[in-house]
Amino acid sequence: MNYDYLIIGNSTAAVGCIEGIRENDREGSICVVTDENYTVYGRPLISYLLWNKTTEKNMLNYRPSNFYKKNDVELILGVRAEKINPDKKTILLSDGQEIGYGKLLVATGSSPFVPPMKGLDTVEKKFSFMTLDDAKALAGAIDKDSRVLIVGAGLIGLKCAEGISDRVKSLTVVDLANRILPSILDEKGSGIVQKHIESHGVKFYLNDSVAEFKDGAATLSSGKKIEYDAVVIAVGVRANTSLVADAGGEVNRGIVTDLKCRTTLDDVYAAGDCAESLNSITGQKQVLALLPNAYMMGSAAGVNMSGGEKLYDDAIPMNSIGFWGLHVITAGDYEGEAYVKRDGSKYKKLVTSGGRLRGFILIGEIERAGIYTRLVREQTPLDEIDFEAIKERPQEMAFSRAVRKDDLGGAK
Amino acid sequence: MKRIYVNEEWCLGCHLCEYQCAFANSGINDMVKALKGKTIHPRIQVEGGNSISFAVNCRHCSDARCIKGCISGALSRDKDGVVVIDTEKCVGCFTCILSCPYGAIMPSSDHSVVQKCQLCMDNQMGEPACVKGCPNRAIVYEERI
Repeated sequence: MNYDYLIIGNSTAAVGCIEGIRENDREGSICVVTDENYTVYGRPLISYLLWNKTTEKNMLNYRPSNFYKKNDVELILGVRAEKINPDKKTILLSDGQEIGYGKLLVATGSSPFVPPMKGLDTVEKKFSFMTLDDAKALAGAIDKDSRVLIVGAGLIGLKCAEGISDRVKSLTVVDLANRILPSILDEKGSGIVQKHIESHGVKFYLNDSVAEFKDGAATLSSGKKIEYDAVVIAVGVRANTSLVADAGGEVNRGIVTDLKCRTTLDDVYAAGDCAESLNSITGQKQVLALLPNAYMMGSAAGVNMSGGEKLYDDAIPMNSIGFWGLHVITAGDYEGEAYVKRDGSKYKKLVTSGGRLRGFILIGEIERAGIYTRLVREQTPLDEIDFEAIKERPQEMAFSRAVRKDDLGGAK
Repeated sequence: MKRIYVNEEWCLGCHLCEYQCAFANSGINDMVKALKGKTIHPRIQVEGGNSISFAVNCRHCSDARCIKGCISGALSRDKDGVVVIDTEKCVGCFTCILSCPYGAIMPSSDHSVVQKCQLCMDNQMGEPACVKGCPNRAIVYEERI
């Protein structure tokens, strides 16, 4: 078989790509190959599924059930792409099929990183927490008497903790770092969120690590011994870059792409958690493994693959996440001068640098956060707005009358 | 498409649009029963004070970041171009609140999902209640581009 557009991976970047292609090209043939056995779902929903905040049916409705049909997409489920042959412009599948492409998108995502840990192979019930099948396997292995040990106090580990909290007896989280969520929070913010999570019964061992798993107990480097019935490894993820690397494409921590989402291989694009993109705040290329970014990058790739022109040049790190009702919204980074306001578990930090808002942290009070995100993304000169007003709270009033007229009086 | 636009020079800051919005989306037929003694959670919000004021609600952007970033697919565009929220699918992650450049999406009253202006196409009004109830035509519902 031969397709005009071939997409490896069937998650958010793939959907963005399909929708991007169809903006330009209604006719070209599209094929999606995935090793999963599901139609597209929002990966971050797996913790909400276990927490009974959504259902599998709703999850699998990330796009309407006629999505593939409506967009005339051939979907190949349960088959793995094994190899890209960029000279022949084909990919080889695990079932032996060879498929040709005009343009190829690699949207292979990332995989859980499991560091070598002594005795881990003796742990009978051990899980990662990335996919719907991971979530189902974990749910099937725990019950109200389970003591669960989670290794990793990052976004995945802590969302997992929340997700299974009503299903298990106890939750313990161990992390090598001295604080939780270091990728998105500063020290104060980590402390506030940790305290909140602890109030829901989660026990933390920070600055610590598992020295050995043996006979249903983990011995930590500190000497502490924790008995467990199941272990979740959520130490981090690694971009799935090998298909491109093996085909001779350039990869760093993620697949190297330019602003049009092209890899260094002809007619091969990459998007989502497997790829590096430009962090427009720092000017550095990095993997920004976030669902909204995956969509935007996939969409830009799709437009470019189908003859349009769209630069993916406004990506920023950003996160919105909640734990037991305490919401956290962050964007950008925190290198600069900080304005901080704290009131109990409410916390706000705005970081400016060179007369621009470079990043922010909002905990507890997240209303209208997108106005701050906009300042970060657009790098709006703060002397053009009423920064004192917007420090107090995000508001349109802080913009000039002309900007307001554009925002509220005209169509974008 | 027809959208709601703001004439800020005409806004009196009376907040009636907020009450009309809360009433329209209350599902209750009687305005007094719907609003009296209750904290309202309107989808439109008036900013400002004595000298300048104006109402802000969803712009129904043609390039809507909220839809693109939604982790559950709960936000989408209907056939008429209205950006709509499916509260069955919404898990209340608030990524749309992070994404909306106008601050026009807000948590629902119990914070379990989000709410947003759907131009009163999702209630019995059939046309935006805020516009209909504005005493000074400071918000209008029309085709501009």
